[in-house]
Amino acid sequence: MNGKVLEIRGLCVDYGIGADAVRAVRDVDLTLHRGEVLGLAGESGSGKSTLAYGLTRLLPPPGVVSGGQVIYHPAEGPPVDVLTLSPARLREFRWAETSIVFQGAMNSLNPVHKVSTQLLDVIRAHEPTSTAASRLARAKDLLRLVGIAADRLDSYPHQLSGGMRQRVMIAMALALEPQLVIMDEPTTALDVVMQRQILGQLAELRERLGFAVLFITHDLSLLVEFSDRIAIMYGGRIVEEAPAARLYAEPLHPYTEGLLHSFPALRGPRRELTGIPGSPPDLRAMPAGCVFHPRCPKAFEPCDERVPVLGPPGVDDPTRAVACWLHPAVAPLPR
Amino acid sequence: MTTTESAPAPADEVVLEAVGLTKHFPVRRRLRDLLSRTPTVVHAVDDVSIALRRGRVTALVGESGSGKSTVARLLAQLYPRTGGDIRLHGASIRVRGGRRFRAYVRRVQLILQDPFASLNPVHTVRYHLTRSLRIHGNAGTGPDGLEKALADLLTRVSLTPPERYLDAFPHELSGGQRQRIAIARALGADPEVLLADEPVSMLDVSIRLGVLNLLQDLKDRLNLAILYITHDIASARYFADDTIVMYAGRMVEGGDSETVTQRPAHPYTRLLTDSAPDPERITGAGGDADAATERGHGEPPSLIRPPAGCRFHPRCPHAMPRCTTELPPPIPVDDRPGHWAACWLFDPATVAAEKTGTAAATPTAGATAGQEAAR
Repeated sequence: MNGKVLEIRGLCVDYGIGADAVRAVRDVDLTLHRGEVLGLAGESGSGKSTLAYGLTRLLPPPGVVSGGQVIYHPAEGPPVDVLTLSPARLREFRWAETSIVFQGAMNSLNPVHKVSTQLLDVIRAHEPTSTAASRLARAKDLLRLVGIAADRLDSYPHQLSGGMRQRVMIAMALALEPQLVIMDEPTTALDVVMQRQILGQLAELRERLGFAVLFITHDLSLLVEFSDRIAIMYGGRIVEEAPAARLYAEPLHPYTEGLLHSFPALRGPRRELTGIPGSPPDLRAMPAGCVFHPRCPKAFEPCDERVPVLGPPGVDDPTRAVACWLHPAVAPLPR
Repeated sequence: MTTTESAPAPADEVVLEAVGLTKHFPVRRRLRDLLSRTPTVVHAVDDVSIALRRGRVTALVGESGSGKSTVARLLAQLYPRTGGDIRLHGASIRVRGGRRFRAYVRRVQLILQDPFASLNPVHTVRYHLTRSLRIHGNAGTGPDGLEKALADLLTRVSLTPPERYLDAFPHELSGGQRQRIAIARALGADPEVLLADEPVSMLDVSIRLGVLNLLQDLKDRLNLAILYITHDIASARYFADDTIVMYAGRMVEGGDSETVTQRPAHPYTRLLTDSAPDPERITGAGGDADAATERGHGEPPSLIRPPAGCRFHPRCPHAMPRCTTELPPPIPVDDRPGHWAACWLFDPATVAAEKTGTAAATPTAGATAGQEAAR
């Protein structure tokens, strides 16, 4: 963990403009370190995918980034704000510096083109000076990297199984050796066995290539096992951030606790499953104060009035941060 | 507190039963296939036997493509079966549409995975539920009777106050609420059996538990027999009384849920439980390579030409020569009554040979070692 690779400061994302705008991401601060797997968990509608698309400027209209900064620290050279990059620079930045594996990536391959065409296209677009032979060799290497025989290069996507297609997508994301890979629910459509194979491979590749991963999923049990740090989103805000093991052993925010008590554990004693009452908030009519307070079993007096700020809960514990009045921040998170 | 509508019956009575259920789907034949005699088929489900008992939840666990949903559709009589038998209260039933299908559906209802797709977006909740009540003759008499029946249904799935939901369109409801409407619609027929095909996998984690608890509660109150189809073996542990594991169209292991999930016997079940995310196993970097090979590798086989013998043998770390030729029957596993696995490792002959140490025919890890590994 040496140095930052991405800093998100006060990022806000709206859908729509003016009075009708719905704020899907509010004041998100998040820092990603080099070579780290940061898990981002939350229910659907909590803004996790919107955050990922916002920070890469891939938001489709009517999504608008309405505030904040996304500072990217390249391996060499000065840091840049992704949100102010010119179109030409943005084009270079995407894929070469930051790549995305999309939700349902199995269907993001073009069905009418061979895997080789799609893989070579990426390399050609970003490295126009490379020779055809070197590109081909690179494509073969990439497939081998994710555990697919090089002769599958000439297959069409429908000739590959779901797991293989997913691996091809990961190979494509790694084609230009980015510093940061954003994975938006990369294994949701896969079976558990395949999921574990792919995630195991991903962890191995990360060891070898040293890229950072922003791993977005709603499966908290998966995150606890595979990520270094976890940030929990609720109603467009980050409500808790902590090292994975700490978060699992000792959740501070009642929402995190509720999430952890929502999924049944396969091993160990049968835990009491409590779940979370109520349903996720409506972004058009957000409750005042802490967004979680209508569903919170521990809500008390300030919760429905004032919004808790994200900060470390104790002076001695700078590694974690929580936004909850039960654990008021001693100081705003130092950035 | 127990039965409300259903007639008093022994608690463990088998309501719906599948015996040796088989379903093959035809595949379009290519030119060269015309020369061969045997038609090409996908062996989606082979020889599956399940008994659904009153007041019990049976889970059917497997990867996608293992045939779990096909079993549900066969039991709902949406597909005609290729072989085997479906028995409702012991009487063999085969219906294809028409009045007899309606009579069958009245007793066996299916809940589908996707509540976003299973409700018609242009109709209100009232319409969906009224149709179900009318068709199955539970609408009561007069408008008041219908209103009361509708309110009852919504209360039963904990959507209260009912007036708030009756005139809502599906898009106005959250995923969990929609799935509750789908369950209410199934209950409108006052069924004896509920076939739930991945009822919660499209829902958010925090919502899932509520829907599962609702199903559990309905099972207790209405004494329903529930088939719970899932790919999440951990939820089977919590929600189901019995669990059956399917692989490539065949049943590989069965028994009570706690035993199957905590002491899995079949190598495939072990692969499945080892692959499930486990927060207790914090590695920060996935599994190590040794564990990966131990767990097995590869992908499910083609069901057009399934492997001979045990269908799991190409991926199995304990495969023996016998596995490639002979299909293992369900063999009882000693640890708990009712626990069985379709695996030669548990064949009394293999176990005995392993114990005496004279067996030259079983070079790989045998049953004892296998059980050790499974703890």
